[in-house]
Amino acid sequence: MIDVEMPQMGESIVEGTLTKWLKKPGDKVERDEPLFEISTDKVDTEIPSPVAGTLAEILVEEGKTVGINTVVGRISDGAASSPSGSASPAATTAPAAVASPAPAPQATVAQSDGASHIDAAPQAAPAPAAAQDTGTVVEETAGPLSPLVRKMARENNIDLSRVKGTGVGGRITKQDLEAFLNGQTGTAVAPVSAPRPVPAPPPQQAPVHVPAPAPEPARQAAPPPAPAPTQVAMPGAPPAMRVEPMTIMRQKIAEHMTFSKHTSAHVTTVHKVDMTKVAKLRDKLKGSFQAQYGFGLTFLPFMVRAACAALRQYPLVNASIEGTNIIYHRDINLGIAVALENGLIVPVIRNADEKNIVGLQRSIVDLATRARSRQLRPDEVTGGTFSITNFGSFGSIFATPVINQPQVAILGIGAVQKEPVVIEDAIAIRSTAYLALTFDHRLIDGALGDQFTAKVKSILENWSEEVM
Amino acid sequence: MQSTEWRLMPSVLETPAACELHDLGRMGYARALALQTNMVERRKRGEIPDQLLIVEHPHVITMGRNAHMANVLASTDILERAGIELHSTDRGGDVTYHGPGQIVGYPIVDLREWKRDVVAYLRALEQVLIDALAEFGISGYRRTGATGVWVDGAKVAAIGVHISRWVTSHGFALNLDTDLDYFKYIVPCGLTQPVTSMRTLGCTARREEVTAEIAGAFARVFDRAIMEKE
Repeated sequence: MIDVEMPQMGESIVEGTLTKWLKKPGDKVERDEPLFEISTDKVDTEIPSPVAGTLAEILVEEGKTVGINTVVGRISDGAASSPSGSASPAATTAPAAVASPAPAPQATVAQSDGASHIDAAPQAAPAPAAAQDTGTVVEETAGPLSPLVRKMARENNIDLSRVKGTGVGGRITKQDLEAFLNGQTGTAVAPVSAPRPVPAPPPQQAPVHVPAPAPEPARQAAPPPAPAPTQVAMPGAPPAMRVEPMTIMRQKIAEHMTFSKHTSAHVTTVHKVDMTKVAKLRDKLKGSFQAQYGFGLTFLPFMVRAACAALRQYPLVNASIEGTNIIYHRDINLGIAVALENGLIVPVIRNADEKNIVGLQRSIVDLATRARSRQLRPDEVTGGTFSITNFGSFGSIFATPVINQPQVAILGIGAVQKEPVVIEDAIAIRSTAYLALTFDHRLIDGALGDQFTAKVKSILENWSEEVM
Repeated sequence: MQSTEWRLMPSVLETPAACELHDLGRMGYARALALQTNMVERRKRGEIPDQLLIVEHPHVITMGRNAHMANVLASTDILERAGIELHSTDRGGDVTYHGPGQIVGYPIVDLREWKRDVVAYLRALEQVLIDALAEFGISGYRRTGATGVWVDGAKVAAIGVHISRWVTSHGFALNLDTDLDYFKYIVPCGLTQPVTSMRTLGCTARREEVTAEIAGAFARVFDRAIMEKE
């Protein structure tokens, strides 16, 4: 007999209203077949059956609101007729929690071998409510722990059997863990029975709830000492730490950054460029440019234009490495790093060398705007052959950027600043900036790196192209 | 240059998960529901990415799972004469009205790839609409215990959601220039609170503009890359 519980449909949800049974007692039900519907606030949710079997009993009638983990019905499993483990909880898909009446160690095994172990459990299982009365011991594999709590426990190496849950049904909440971490030992209780080994949680856990602590006489060892709190928190002080899962984008960035550092032999060379000529041109054109095109003129398109010319002269900088081959690219597809609110993306200007300053500025504005509103198409962030990052816009004068794999170089642009410069023993005020080229020393030798950067510098310092 | 072998480089930083945007224009409730149901099934099977359907319905009153017939104030023959359909649906919430001038959105999102949290999902839908309204200078807000988006004590957008195997359906209805008289036939969501529209609030934005802002806000709130589909 399998208990079917009111599932937890979100971290903040403590109860749900059972709106409709989709099966009657005596009806056969397949695993994952919708069994009943619940309603929380403005959401109706179909709950699939955790197992195949026959709906034996309805314990919570339609219209009743009950706390999560309340047993709402029982299914007599069809294990005898369907021995192929069909009675195992739907580990990855079913939001329904299944209260297994099995003793804890079996429940953990039930991850891989559900049916037989659950079947072996005594039929007279205590209801989960009983657990609340006996000092709840929730094992890491048990109960509707939120992913956050699980992760926090794992990262801090917390034996969850030592944490008292104050949530509904004795559930361990984030606050409980934070209190535990803060060394408020008053909230931590020793297990009422012998400690149990806490197995590492599998990535996708079956929401198996263990209703009662299971004494296991064979392992009557003393509980391991609680990790000593390293600091005594002031009462009411905010928790010493906060655990938050990375967004997908953050995970990708992390992965790519370390991948790049592991892959390329990063070397950065820095050249100082006199931007006075470009700055004067820009100042002269700023107003009419804005008026004519509807967007401002920045230094970036000048940098891009100069980089494109230098890339044409030194095609190795526009190449990539594949095994022991050098891949030269016909096109210059220039990636521009764009900072997002919580991340970074590198949209690509295709055939950047075919565009003039106006066209480049337009592409930059368009790509950056759409990057920030997340409306780039996948083909607009692929196919880059070289990248530019403009950390100068954040005030940095120079930095050592990480190569955008599988490219072999990235040009970082520092802030354009006015400063005193010695020219033929006279002091002049000039607009200058640092150009930092990070290159892959596997393919590009120092001399080439400097020739390339010097070329960019020379084009910028002797700017001769019409802008508009 | 010796070798000029050209190939597309893989992206270094991949875009977020995709969400396809379909603007269905004006479409009857039943037809849109069938389309939606079909997409939900395909989403469950993983055949398609997340979807955002935008539609405008002819006059229709829909009743959620928890709907009370008492909240439909007009008799069925009065509704019939007024050209209003009556539909039962499996979404959450009580009674609501859809009609011309309303932007109805049906996001089909697999919450297993988001937060696995239905309440967080509701709050996120509210955020999408609040953000979109803000683009037109309208300050929408939430009210505890009354899901939806409110402006100056009146409801401008209603929300009702159905979830099956963590895949969402139904969604939100934002009053752009809806004829608010039609709400007199019902007690919206069982609440005897006024309803309002963007037009009533002095906003003259066009439907396409508002839809674009909704899509943009949806992309940001759910971290999805919106792909427009015909």
